[in-house]
Amino acid sequence: MSSIETGSPAVAAAPAFASGSPNARGLALALGGLAALVLFVGVPLVGDDYWLNAILIPFLVMTLASIGLNLLMGYAGQASLGTGAFMATGAYATYNLLLRLPDLPLPVSLVLGGLLSGLVGVVVGLPSLRIKGFYLLATTLAAQFLLTWIFNQYGWFSNYSSSSSISAPRLEIAGHDLSSPAGRYLLTLTSVVVIATIAAKLVRSETGRTWMAIRDMDTAAAVIGVPVARGKLSAFFVGGFVCGIAGALWAFAYLGTVDAGSFNLDRSFQVMFIIIIGGLGSLVGSVIGAAFIVLLPILIDRVAGGLLGGAIDAGQLENFQKVLFGALIIWFLIKEPRGLAELLARAVRWLRSPARS
Amino acid sequence: MKFSLKSLWRSAALAVVGVGLAFGTVAPAAAEDAKVQYIPLLTYRVGAYASSGIPIWAGIIDYFTYLNKAEGGINGVKLVWDECETEWGVEKGLECYERVKHGKDGSPVPILWPHSDPIAKALLEKATADKIPLLTLNYGPTESVDGRVFPYSFPVVLSFYSEASTAINYIAQVSGGKDKLKGLKIVTLYHDSPYGKETQTPLALLAKTYGFEDIQIPVPHPGNDQTAEWARIRQIKPDWVFLRGWGVMTPVAIKTAAKVGFPVNHIIGGIWSSSEEDVRPAGAVGKGYLAITTYPAGSNFPLDEKLKKYVIDKGLSNLKDPKSFGSVYYNSGLVDAIILTEAIRTAQGKFGNRPINGEEGQWGLEHLDITEKRLAEIGAVGLAPTLKLSPSDHEGGGIARVIQWDGEKWNTVSDWIPADTDLLRPVILEKAAAYAKEKGITPRNADGTTN
Repeated sequence: MSSIETGSPAVAAAPAFASGSPNARGLALALGGLAALVLFVGVPLVGDDYWLNAILIPFLVMTLASIGLNLLMGYAGQASLGTGAFMATGAYATYNLLLRLPDLPLPVSLVLGGLLSGLVGVVVGLPSLRIKGFYLLATTLAAQFLLTWIFNQYGWFSNYSSSSSISAPRLEIAGHDLSSPAGRYLLTLTSVVVIATIAAKLVRSETGRTWMAIRDMDTAAAVIGVPVARGKLSAFFVGGFVCGIAGALWAFAYLGTVDAGSFNLDRSFQVMFIIIIGGLGSLVGSVIGAAFIVLLPILIDRVAGGLLGGAIDAGQLENFQKVLFGALIIWFLIKEPRGLAELLARAVRWLRSPARS
Repeated sequence: MKFSLKSLWRSAALAVVGVGLAFGTVAPAAAEDAKVQYIPLLTYRVGAYASSGIPIWAGIIDYFTYLNKAEGGINGVKLVWDECETEWGVEKGLECYERVKHGKDGSPVPILWPHSDPIAKALLEKATADKIPLLTLNYGPTESVDGRVFPYSFPVVLSFYSEASTAINYIAQVSGGKDKLKGLKIVTLYHDSPYGKETQTPLALLAKTYGFEDIQIPVPHPGNDQTAEWARIRQIKPDWVFLRGWGVMTPVAIKTAAKVGFPVNHIIGGIWSSSEEDVRPAGAVGKGYLAITTYPAGSNFPLDEKLKKYVIDKGLSNLKDPKSFGSVYYNSGLVDAIILTEAIRTAQGKFGNRPINGEEGQWGLEHLDITEKRLAEIGAVGLAPTLKLSPSDHEGGGIARVIQWDGEKWNTVSDWIPADTDLLRPVILEKAAAYAKEKGITPRNADGTTN
């Protein structure tokens, strides 16, 4: 089972290797192909409901949300606490598209939902043209509260369900029912792989360089002719788009039913912690960070339960796990303030260094 | 650099060992071998709602312990249980559900308590697919009262619709009849969550039927500041406030009401605002506060004698604070446990005295009939309501009593008040039918058979 663990970062890490020599590129392609085979064929065959529903799907969706925020915050330097709002927008938009335009295929509804969320992202990002840093954080925070409140307040968004929660209409692509755990896993995995690939290309493109120039010093970037306003808004659009897709998947592929409360401020903070711990400005960091934040608590819980099962009061044990988790985060950030991705990159450099004996 | 690499490898190795330890699935023994019945408990002993969770599980576990020690389990099948902490959160609840749904050591899961309205809603479809019945006492999706559309969801005793209706009927009783409701202003102060919003539809309907004014005011989660809301209530000057609170929201509401001068004895708490834990923190100003319940407080039911003899006095109780013995939440745990074990007993009557699986548990619930006589045998007359379920009625009740806090303890101040089932049921059926249509479900027949 642990092969799954190592498998997923490998795919996202592939672009990092691809920039090397032709030999390395061949190796990376082979590794990527193998990983893809394991992920797309092996895992659905071997994985049971617990692995797919409770571990892999939430991990993949959080990875996606973190990629969205990382593009916005890690690459373009625009701090945002609006991730939850973008996710909610994506979820409610996709739900309404599926509900009101039932003839649209699922992938189209998903992408359109993401686009709507991206547009909301642009609107939320407008103040970034005038303010930055902590001040910008405050305006995205306002969006976080406003949007979730709107979805909760107006029944139209949830089709007047008695509790303003939404649940997925039948998930199917071209007649294939995707409601089984394996189907939902494959839907999520495909979305993550496609978006991660596009994101990897994007950050190396001119847009990506614009973002990084703005992040490093927007005044200097403006002086040398980088289109700062367009760069900031495009970052908000792309970040909102990716987070929107993540929100739709969180609602339909993972939980099955959500209300606006699932996308509250805690969710925004969670995603922010993921990229801080994983590594700002690193796509691989988003994957590792998501693994750390989503999987480690479960791991601690299971290990503690297995070792101490029943011996200690359940409530105390849970509190102890929180302490342990917090301590681990602090330890990691002291040891490696630039995130787990940097730790991995250093390990890779060490493995590849010819001087090693 | 050398050092951090070393520690990297060390942590990697540790992680691999940990993963193996933690996720290595234990091959389950064959189901026939199991002589015990596994009951997974999705608990919330930490987090914002721990104060209610802790006595609930004490009640449940004490009842199980009593059954095992005094009666040898259910018809000779002993109960085993373990806990999975959810913190009342949906994500953790899902993780726990996936972890426990296959049972343990070959013993299947007969019935599952989600013990949280959001978790119950998130599990609705998954549990149906896995054929594990969800038992939600006094909460859960109201539409699932229609078991023909929702075969695996059981919002037993009191749905949210019935809760709203019994509250209005109590107001009618003390006002001198339903015709006196006309022109009254009734504010519903609700927890701004799916749980809190569930009573909006029935209250709108009841307001239209009886002519009172229905004013809905939300309180954002968790509800620890309600100054603005109560200032508004003071302006409105309502005749009654129906408090659909949860957790910290309830004591804050009572305290703030007293501060703005609203009479506390004109506030009726909902079913999840009716415990000692809800009113004690409000202090002296809570005196006179009313609430709806289906499991009155008290520790002098005959069952309590048995619990004392076999569990409490032997030091086997799960209760840390002995003062909570007989509290509303402790008693709700007992009622939960009674309903679950009686459903298993019913299923054993058909399938044999052995561990019951989810499909059989569902049959047991749909044929559950807890009569007054059976309650007397258990020693729970007055503690638990009688309950008769059927495939087309997964609520089986729709009655509640009103209790009043006298500053020290709860006193029951009303008889069992029935909800206006005839008025509400068509709306519930309509909602269930809409759900069936949206999901492409063909409802079962009234006797539980499929077409």
